[in-house]
Amino acid sequence: MQDQDQNGSLQDQDVIREFLVESHENLSRLDQELVELEKHPQETALLASVFRTIHTIKGTCGFFAFSTLERITHQAENLLSQLRDGKRKLTPSLISLILETVDATRKVLASIEASGEEGPDQFGELAERLRQAAHAPTDAGNEPASGSAPAPSPESQGENVSCETPEALKAEKNGAKPSAVADANIRVGVGLLDKLMDLVGELVLTRNQILQFNTEREDAALNNTSQRLNLITTELQEGVMKTRMQPIGMVWNKLPRVVRDMAVAMGKQIELEMDGADTELDRTIIEAIKDPLVHLVRNSCDHGIEPPEVRVRAGKPPQGKLSLRAYHEGGQVNIEIGDDGAGIDVARVKQKALEKGLLRSEQVEKLSDREALNLIFLPGFSTAQQVTNVSGRGVGMDVVKSNIEKIGGVVDIFSRTGEGSTVKLKIPLTLAIIPGLVIMSGGERFVIPQVSLLELIRLEGDSSDKHIELVHGTPVYRRRGSLLPIAYLNQVLDLQSAERAEAVNIVVLQAEDRQFGLVVDGINDTQEIVVKPLSKQLKGLIEYAGATIMGDGRVALILDVLGIGQLSGVLAESREQARTAVEQKSQSDLKQQRLLLFRAGSFERLAVPLSLVARLEEFPLSSIESAGGSQVVQYRNRILPLVSLRALLEPDVPQQQQTLDPLQVVVFNDGDRSVGVVVDQILDVAEEAVVARQKSSRKGLLGSAVISKRVTDFLDLNEVIHMTSGSWFQGTGGSGTGKTVLVAEASAFSRGVIRSSLDIAGYRVIEAADLNETKREMERQPVDVVLAALDLPPQGGAAVCAALRERPEWQRVPVLALADSAAQVKSSAAQAFNDCQDKFDREALLEAVARLASARDTAEAGTAFTEMQLASAAEGR
Amino acid sequence: MTNEIASAKSDLAESGGQFSTFFVADLFFGVDVLRVQEVLRFQHMTHVPKAPQVIEGLINLRGQIVTAIDLRRRLRLPPRAGDQMPTNVVIRTDDGAVSLLVDEIGDVLDVDAATYERPPENLDPAAREIIRGVYKLKDRLLVVLDTEKAVEIAA
Repeated sequence: MQDQDQNGSLQDQDVIREFLVESHENLSRLDQELVELEKHPQETALLASVFRTIHTIKGTCGFFAFSTLERITHQAENLLSQLRDGKRKLTPSLISLILETVDATRKVLASIEASGEEGPDQFGELAERLRQAAHAPTDAGNEPASGSAPAPSPESQGENVSCETPEALKAEKNGAKPSAVADANIRVGVGLLDKLMDLVGELVLTRNQILQFNTEREDAALNNTSQRLNLITTELQEGVMKTRMQPIGMVWNKLPRVVRDMAVAMGKQIELEMDGADTELDRTIIEAIKDPLVHLVRNSCDHGIEPPEVRVRAGKPPQGKLSLRAYHEGGQVNIEIGDDGAGIDVARVKQKALEKGLLRSEQVEKLSDREALNLIFLPGFSTAQQVTNVSGRGVGMDVVKSNIEKIGGVVDIFSRTGEGSTVKLKIPLTLAIIPGLVIMSGGERFVIPQVSLLELIRLEGDSSDKHIELVHGTPVYRRRGSLLPIAYLNQVLDLQSAERAEAVNIVVLQAEDRQFGLVVDGINDTQEIVVKPLSKQLKGLIEYAGATIMGDGRVALILDVLGIGQLSGVLAESREQARTAVEQKSQSDLKQQRLLLFRAGSFERLAVPLSLVARLEEFPLSSIESAGGSQVVQYRNRILPLVSLRALLEPDVPQQQQTLDPLQVVVFNDGDRSVGVVVDQILDVAEEAVVARQKSSRKGLLGSAVISKRVTDFLDLNEVIHMTSGSWFQGTGGSGTGKTVLVAEASAFSRGVIRSSLDIAGYRVIEAADLNETKREMERQPVDVVLAALDLPPQGGAAVCAALRERPEWQRVPVLALADSAAQVKSSAAQAFNDCQDKFDREALLEAVARLASARDTAEAGTAFTEMQLASAAEGR
Repeated sequence: MTNEIASAKSDLAESGGQFSTFFVADLFFGVDVLRVQEVLRFQHMTHVPKAPQVIEGLINLRGQIVTAIDLRRRLRLPPRAGDQMPTNVVIRTDDGAVSLLVDEIGDVLDVDAATYERPPENLDPAAREIIRGVYKLKDRLLVVLDTEKAVEIAA
């Protein structure tokens, strides 16, 4: 032990110090408990607690190789375990013996504290007495035995007690002075610290308020006082903050053991490297990252690092390396958990997401590798093996992510196949108080966390508009030679924009690793703000990170820079990502149609709704093969039939040799099947409210409209597919085979989109543009389901319902309302209908139509219909 | 040692007892009196852009930020007259305090369990969701509000 201690690192001494503090506390408790126990010998809970305390001390002594302590505590433990198990009755003499042990332990501890050694006294005699007491015949059941046992008689007990106690007192008087370590540290309840922190938070707010008054008044005395208040508050804040800081090593300490156990259990060789264990973090944060960290480390051991033989085969050393790194960076703490294992197999992740039904195949195909990696954070993504042998604790990666995000952190995952993966946690130092920039927008006040703030730009004068330029309708700003995407906060939050200001304020923000400019109406100042969480009703809004109380006592919302960036679309990384982001957006705001614009033959601008597009691909000309008389290409282990749009739209124009290489192909999906439409060039993705102006007579086109100030033709996808592959999309036997659906919708474009999806699903589709047309069509043929736009002219879709309910033969025809947006689906206007769906949510719409059509089938005769109707109406809501 | 704060979660919905009452349009509502933290006159509110419509805004309740929910909108009732200022009834919920905006505050009433009845089946779904039952008082009906449900709004 001595050698160890002399060579012992600083860390060892820290650990011993902790042991001393803890043991002193335990011993004081033990004193109390033993005295209590003497009064109530029947209290088994008390006895168990005493046992545990002694056991803990013994265990720790063994760890530090404090042999004397270990010996006596071990003997005491033996005795106590007999007592606990009821094998022996608790007598005052035994209590005294244990108390004596406690005193001896104290002496040894004092010696350890003073010299680092246990001291000369071996307490052999005490240990022997403890041993004897433990080995004395037990008195379980028979009283006489205890009388004849060498255990002290009642008299000697009395003696014992009377002579032990003074000794113990003496020892305390002249011997061991009060422990310095124990006295220099106070254990304080976390609750109290939290409360202090809250109070300091309030104090900071009040200080801000007073400072604000101060600027309004010109009073020297007030000025001085408030300056002092300012200083003191700041210092107090820092002090209280420090009380809650703990080194991250506190959490890491248990990781070597975790890694070792995992490695042994799985037959792997893993070396753990830890760097930056002294990085300090707020206690609450330490608490919050504890489980996620352990989980991530276990994950790396389990899934990351390969067994030695696999590693050797891959040309890597047999021993895997797991590295933990923690460091401060820009007011945040970064923690990296990296391994040099196999990395994450993106294809398998995608596969798994499909199997688990977390995503649909067309969604999976659209994912970039980075997005696919992030799939592992989806709830329910943990693999079967994980549940059985490794984590088994119900902590999946989704929990890791949500735990980290709960404390305002970010989880990022990087992986290179064959080289390993790294999970990076970015975590705020503290949750409670952060500096923020107060800005104005649409008459409201908002706070932007300073962490995300890069710079402020103010564009003045008449030319201010010229500074923000447009790239195809997207605002950008030339900042030191490079383009900065711009978002308008007013627009992101649907606020009234202020009157034309004389200047434009751009707040340059950093979200993740990208930057963007946010235009706001005004910039006030920076303030220390206390972050308060939003209530659960508002948790779903990704625009906000929380709220705070300003100097004037009013509440201001704290913007979530990442969320704002995502909502405004400026954070779209690539075309791929743009689409996903946009897709998310489309759920909230569907008036805007997202369109893919492309060119083919003499058609300079063609468009299809992006929602129907699965992927954009390029195929080298050499990869085109021929099968069954048509052109195909091998694509994702399947055969993808190709359709040349040019040949389709202009069959009369002689086709020159295909000179374009590679071919630009738009892939459309329907369930398992795909078709590739060859176009000349992909132009752009536009987002606009579409008003179809003119219906086209040409086959293959729906009509034309003005998109981005240019006339654009809409491709009739359904027609294109029918014209080419004939039966390709047919025989789908869609749920609705033979059923007739009437689509009443004023916009020819929307009608076209809805029709094409219904067509594909096997319905016969009739179109109507207004109420009268609807009635006319209804008279002409029996209709199974009516889809009516909520805004159908002249009086809205509800009029269709009313009209149908007037005629007995139409009364039972279910009517589904077509809403422009998800929000409208929930509106009260939708109530008169059997169901209501977002008109561009293809899947949901088809499902609802199928449900209504079959409900009509089964309910034709009975009263069940009304119930079904109610049920589906309820579902729709 | 953490103090186990006795949570006021006793459920009086069906067993009678004391109810804080308030008015929303022509409805007379009651909430278990222990659930009501306090009642405040109308306060300045911070509007939350893009929040669900029923959320009127955020108020500062002595350093605590409380979300205010307009009960009229929650019940799909017409908005109150322009000059009528709503009153905040601050309710304790499992997730902290939430303020319900009501038209006017009433007395605390003792009601008898025997007069309790489940809400009528044909109640408007918007209301049915958040109404637990009805007490038949002598001169009027007291509608028992399910506060947990009333504040259950997804953003």
